[in-house]
Amino acid sequence: MIRTAVFLAVVVFASTGGEIAVTHAMKKIGEVHDFSPRAILGVIGRAFRQGWMWFGFALMAVSFFALLALLSWENVSFVIPATALSYAVGALGAKFLLGERVSWMRWAGVLLVCLGVALVWAG
Amino acid sequence: MAPTPSPLHPTHHRLRTKTVVLLVLMVLFGSAGDVLLSKGMKQIGAVNDWSPAALARVGFATFTSATVWLGILGLMLFFICYLLVLSWADYSFVLPASAASYVLVPVLGFTTLGEFVSPLRWAGIALIALGVALVGLTPPSTTGVHSLAAPPAAEEGK
Repeated sequence: MIRTAVFLAVVVFASTGGEIAVTHAMKKIGEVHDFSPRAILGVIGRAFRQGWMWFGFALMAVSFFALLALLSWENVSFVIPATALSYAVGALGAKFLLGERVSWMRWAGVLLVCLGVALVWAG
Repeated sequence: MAPTPSPLHPTHHRLRTKTVVLLVLMVLFGSAGDVLLSKGMKQIGAVNDWSPAALARVGFATFTSATVWLGILGLMLFFICYLLVLSWADYSFVLPASAASYVLVPVLGFTTLGEFVSPLRWAGIALIALGVALVGLTPPSTTGVHSLAAPPAAEEGK
């Protein structure tokens, strides 16, 4: 029980933390205007030279292996609805770590998505 | 310092359009990648024998399957679109909006493959669609990174 809770927390916090780090790296690069294949390759090249990008990948890898471990003793129909929590945790992280303005309408959307994902997998 | 453009400013229209285009591509590539990868692995069959020789056979079958490679290509394109959209759009916008794939895949399964979708699942799909629509009504970027006037150095301090 405690083991499940700990692994679930690792899955949720490491995946959202990783995505927040990747977002931070991309924000440092700045808005992409040119969508030619050459320009996109350039952006990806610059992205991979950002420390935050690699930190994000490392956290995502931790989350992935924690998820695999969790799935070895818990059912998918429990694990995936539970990881829907990451939508709410992600919005909190975006607000407090990235300084995004999460309006009440966006919160309402995030919470509906959270609930919906949990229902889709429970159903 | 340049004044912030109003929500009706053309910059916002342009930003919203390219955000929506990339999100649609993300959902399409991501869903196609998942479906192809899952189809490819099912063609190979369930892994029951864990001996090194059997695992080597599965590994060989995996990396020589065109379906698996197409799936990997789909997921790579998904990730590139994800990185590009995050260069200007909020994470708290992209994250819930990308849940649209949870709507697309069952709806496609139902309409094209005649797969059964339980009422509880339909309820979940409806909630996600409503949630994505609500998030879609909010401005895609609230951190001002997209402001064309600001040089990248001015953003570093945040």
